[in-house]
Amino acid sequence: MKILVCITYVPDTTSKIAFTEGDTKFDKSGVQFIIGPYDDYALARAVELKEAHSGTVTVLNVGEAETEPIIRKALAVGADDAIRVNAEPIDSFFVAKQIASVAKEGSYDMILMGRESIDFNGGMVHGMVGELLGLPSVSPVMTLEIEGNKAKMSREIEGGKEYLEVDMPFVAGCQEPIAEWKIPNMRGIMSARTKPLQVVEPVDSDKATVLDKYELPPSKGEIKMIDAENMEELVKLLKNDAKVL
Amino acid sequence: MSILVFVESAEGKIKKTSLEAIAYAKEMGGEVTALALGEIATAELEDLGNYGATKVLHAADSKLNDGIIQAYASVIAHAFEQESAEILVLANSSLGTPVSARVALKIEASLVSNVVDLPDTTDGFKVKRSIYTGKAFALVDMGSGKKIIAIKKNAAEVKEIGGKATVEAFSPALDDKDFATQITSIDKATGDVLLPEAEIVVSGGRGLKGPENWGMVEDLASSLGAATGCSKPVSDMDWRPHHEHVGQTGVKVSPQLYIAIGISGAIQHLAGVNSSKYIVVINKDPEAPFFKAADYGIVGDAFEVVPKLTEAIKNAQ
Ligand SMILES: Cc1cc2nc3c(=O)[nH]c(=O)nc-3n(C[C@H](O)[C@H](O)[C@H](O)COP(=O)(O)OP(=O)(O)OC[C@H]3O[C@@H](n4cnc5c(N)ncnc54)[C@H](O)[C@@H]3O)c2cc1C
Ligand SMILES: Nc1ncnc2c1ncn2[C@@H]1O[C@H](COP(=O)(O)O)[C@@H](O)[C@H]1O
Repeated sequence: MKILVCITYVPDTTSKIAFTEGDTKFDKSGVQFIIGPYDDYALARAVELKEAHSGTVTVLNVGEAETEPIIRKALAVGADDAIRVNAEPIDSFFVAKQIASVAKEGSYDMILMGRESIDFNGGMVHGMVGELLGLPSVSPVMTLEIEGNKAKMSREIEGGKEYLEVDMPFVAGCQEPIAEWKIPNMRGIMSARTKPLQVVEPVDSDKATVLDKYELPPSKGEIKMIDAENMEELVKLLKNDAKVL
Repeated sequence: MSILVFVESAEGKIKKTSLEAIAYAKEMGGEVTALALGEIATAELEDLGNYGATKVLHAADSKLNDGIIQAYASVIAHAFEQESAEILVLANSSLGTPVSARVALKIEASLVSNVVDLPDTTDGFKVKRSIYTGKAFALVDMGSGKKIIAIKKNAAEVKEIGGKATVEAFSPALDDKDFATQITSIDKATGDVLLPEAEIVVSGGRGLKGPENWGMVEDLASSLGAATGCSKPVSDMDWRPHHEHVGQTGVKVSPQLYIAIGISGAIQHLAGVNSSKYIVVINKDPEAPFFKAADYGIVGDAFEVVPKLTEAIKNAQ
């Protein structure tokens, strides 16, 4: 079984978000970058499936050289090899084109991604890759089992779950509880250093959208503290001031 | 300007988020055609006129009752071409978002999701979208070609303007290839207020000590007609179902009112609630970080405060 896992290089979930250059660039100073948490779920499930059914896991990132530490981390938790498309991931359409181009070369049985990246939260790339390759795409996937040539999945829907089946190959955008995040051990970290990481140049692609500028949300006003004995006052405030009741 | 709006339904009713999509398209000054898939009563579809749609295309084939991503994408693209629409508007949802990605490639449109406001067309066509899980916004130019706008909850206000839409049958040829994914069953939490769409959300965290203590959370929620949510550790420990988990890696909510009980306010939790209009925090620790993000705060033991609050709400009704 050949699995391709696509990972993003995103600010740690605790990062403070700030912008520079007249609010046109993300301020990377002091920010720690991680594998996207949803991508990390996809990766963990891919490694489990590989162990259960035998096969290989290839990780793919569209990004510049700075992303290599997180690619090595993916190798350390159990991926076998990696591909980096050497380009700035400017928009989802551009990224999808790059992923589809790599996937065409590899004849993978499944392409696992996160349900969304946590920087731009597009939730788009898996659908686009599915369309480009003419494959079914399913997202957000909560469980994934393989039986023969068939994948059995559950997908989150508003207020519930949907169970579905699809033949391989397919594309899936994953979320918890598909697997538990894996933490690399010492042996994994050592072996990751020598696993193959191939760098390829991007294929030509237009961008569909152009960033104009970034903006931070307005800051919260003062908090009003209410005595724990006086819930009538809270109800009054919610009714008359906030007008939400 | 001709705008197509893809509308979703649940239990035979068009979803509020889809009504917002119609309101959004109407506000843009468009001629609005709605597209509904699967079996839905005609009266319900006619009523979309009341919200701003002139016409409703209805692909009533029962094969479209289930939300199969590929099939939906093909039908929507087909309707878009047939109507010579310029813009597709839909609500961000677990179905709409993945579907819109495929439609974008089929009709060669630029696509932006998580849009929070009407476009600014004074110079180009710029939309504001939420990024970094609600921690920031980006203003994006969508160019001059076809466009798909997937809106976040509250991007437009639903208004009743009166009137009925004309409903037209729409029967695109369905390709078997698009039905490669087979839905075998659906587990639906019925009766409850759906969390992503709720106007009021009552959420509990690890401070509630165990699943047996959720009765008072549910009592408070039902006194408010609210949906219930929780923090990640709570669903990780199976105290509550997974689909209630709110935050960076869970559901993102944007209600009028979010009440957090026994939740510390970790940044990953806040990422899921920061587009709430008002936040009330109940926590016994005055130093809990959630207070920094709150509008109203109560320092106290949840086991005493919550029943009192429920009672005060009931008395005020
Ligand atoms: C990559 C990543 C993603 C994550 N995503 C999410 C996410 O999407 N959503 C999420 O919620 N978390 C997420 N987390 C976890 C997050 O960091 C916190 O661990 C979690 O939110 C804490 O949950 P909690 O507030 O319920 O528990 P705790 O932090 O244990 O807080 C319990 C609170 O209850 C209060 N309390 C205790 N007893 C009482 C009482 N009797 N009355 C009133 N108050 C009381 C305490 O003072 C405390 O503030 C993520 C973490 C990581 C690393
Ligand atoms: N630059 C990238 N490199 C590799 N995979 C990516 C990249 N951007 C997005 N993806 C994949 O696509 C998923 C959805 O991303 P998005 O559509 O940006 O929310 C992510 O969770 C990743 O699995």
